[in-house]
Amino acid sequence: MFTAIIAITVMALIFGLLLGFASIRFKVEGDPIADQIDKILPQTQCGQCSFAGCRPYAEAIAAGEADINRCPPGGEATIQALAELLEVEPKPLDEACGVEKPKTLAVIDEDRCIGCTLCIQACPVDAILGSAKHMHTVIASECTGCELCLPPCPVDCIDMVETKQNPNTWRWPDPDHVDIQLGDRS
Amino acid sequence: MSTVAGSFPGGLVLNGHKKRSTETPIRKTPLSKKLILPLQQHIGAESIPIVSVGDKVLKGQKIAKADGHVSVYLHAPSSGTISAIDEQPIPHPSGLSALCITIETDGLDTWIEHHPIADYTQLSEHDIRQHVREAGIVGLGGAGFPSFIKLNPGVHHHVETLIINGVECEPYITCDDMLMRERADGILDGIEIINFALRVKHCVIAIEDNKPKAISTMELALAARPELIDTTIMAVPTRYPAGSEKQLIQVVTGKQVPSHGLPIDIGIVCHNVGTAYAIGRAIKHGEPLISRIVTVTGTDVKHAGNFETLFGTPMHELLAFCETTREPNAPFILGGPMMGYNLSGDNLPVTKTANCILVGVDAAAPAEKPLPCIRCGECATACPASLLPQQLYWYARDKDLEKTRQYNLFDCIECGCCSYVCPSKIPLVHYFRFAKTETMNQQLEAAKSDQARIRHENRLARQELEQQEKEERQRQRKLALAASQAAKQKQEQAAQSPSDGSES
Repeated sequence: MFTAIIAITVMALIFGLLLGFASIRFKVEGDPIADQIDKILPQTQCGQCSFAGCRPYAEAIAAGEADINRCPPGGEATIQALAELLEVEPKPLDEACGVEKPKTLAVIDEDRCIGCTLCIQACPVDAILGSAKHMHTVIASECTGCELCLPPCPVDCIDMVETKQNPNTWRWPDPDHVDIQLGDRS
Repeated sequence: MSTVAGSFPGGLVLNGHKKRSTETPIRKTPLSKKLILPLQQHIGAESIPIVSVGDKVLKGQKIAKADGHVSVYLHAPSSGTISAIDEQPIPHPSGLSALCITIETDGLDTWIEHHPIADYTQLSEHDIRQHVREAGIVGLGGAGFPSFIKLNPGVHHHVETLIINGVECEPYITCDDMLMRERADGILDGIEIINFALRVKHCVIAIEDNKPKAISTMELALAARPELIDTTIMAVPTRYPAGSEKQLIQVVTGKQVPSHGLPIDIGIVCHNVGTAYAIGRAIKHGEPLISRIVTVTGTDVKHAGNFETLFGTPMHELLAFCETTREPNAPFILGGPMMGYNLSGDNLPVTKTANCILVGVDAAAPAEKPLPCIRCGECATACPASLLPQQLYWYARDKDLEKTRQYNLFDCIECGCCSYVCPSKIPLVHYFRFAKTETMNQQLEAAKSDQARIRHENRLARQELEQQEKEERQRQRKLALAASQAAKQKQEQAAQSPSDGSES
């Protein structure tokens, strides 16, 4: 009887120590789910989801405070991926947040720009270059097309231009949807 | 003549249809009034124009320079005036346009001064590579990879075997065959230089055994060159796609290039016969790559054959020269019937990678709607890369790109054997091309969004730092103010107290 109590106490102690050690040794930094969600989001940082960027939205989804259908730039594909990751039913995009649009790029009309720097302050990814009273320009390769630079511009000199496909970014169409003839076989 | 050391799985024995275009010698395409030169005719970065509209250029003059490492120079194929640098339709399955330099030719065809190298053995390997790069030479077999990179084994590799690819396994195409028949010496010039640049132990010229004339001409030319003692000719059994790099290496050496690896990893480098010829011309004659031999053939071509064509020549001029019975705007194939793709417009320029223009194929099967897959497994038997086309097909249809990658989609060489044998006529290769470009695009997007994330995080960190600095400055200023006030008070007190003292 006594030995049994001692044996079980010792075993409980050993396992407790083992678990304690493991929890410290294999501690996971940060919130892995939020990280995974953040990876799926398109990183436009546009705030259309009503959060201040992609990371806060990802954290809100992870905490169960926000729905997965609030990202218009990601659109259908992002909702699908989030639903798969979180094992929930995909939903249609929340129209209150916006609609899915083709990818665009901000272009500053350099003749009209007065150099007020307001768009530079608004750009979430530092993709606008310029200084006070000097013309500004958009670094095309860094622009995410978030449109956050549009409202602050006092002279309305920024246009959103649809990004053009070139032969290097062109994709073969899905054969299930398009009837394309390959080279005739002989 | 050396004997084959191995073979590859699968493959097909196809009717070559090569006779139609090998009856006549290589002819020159007449000079076009307008030459349209896309800035990207190779794998890698687009070249950068170094001429402007209105400039007069001479034949062989550089008109665009290489941008970055994986890129080459571009030259004016004839003398004339630069009339435009703008977007023009290019021969590409997308039918999209890309930046091109257009030359209005003056008809004089005046060459720029040549700088042939009398003795290339005086050059370093680096100089040879630089010459090849500046001559704008890319792989002429069809892929268009800059050749100078394949002349540089790097410090960690040692080249055992150089394979010169004269297999030309795809039906209808005969430009390499005719080149070997007519310009064997020029090819051997190039092989000598490649041998020297790569310090190769031995070299194998692989030719498919359905080209007996090319084999005998090459052997004759080789016999007259005692310096090429370590070079042999190998007749490769005719089986499609023996001319594909990895499959040819298996046939010639019996070795397999590892998945995701390069031939250089197993000590092998492959160059096409056309590329070898171009390297010979560039070094020994100082001529940059400004033309290539294009096979024009097919049931609708009256004068089929091979044509030495300047780059930029509009295809409709070449087709008109050969006289075709093609309806205007009817599609034709660029490349062969297995790997080529349809072009609908003919106002497209001949580029460095245009090996064959095929107008009308013999006994073309009418386009049929694909039937469901019956899981017969014929595709896996035919696949020369030992892949499972059926699995890849299901996953590509399912858009499960991760799974297609796991099934080694990127080892697919798009040879078309699986589609050819499929009894349900499923365009399998098309699914694989779709999945490949989709995957590459996703990777590109992921890289871009990662970059945006990093830039956004950096911005937030910077803003926080600025905020902290601002607060710190404010605190400092407050402290300084308090200190100066305290000092002032002290001074005042000090000023008052002696006066107090004097009064007392």
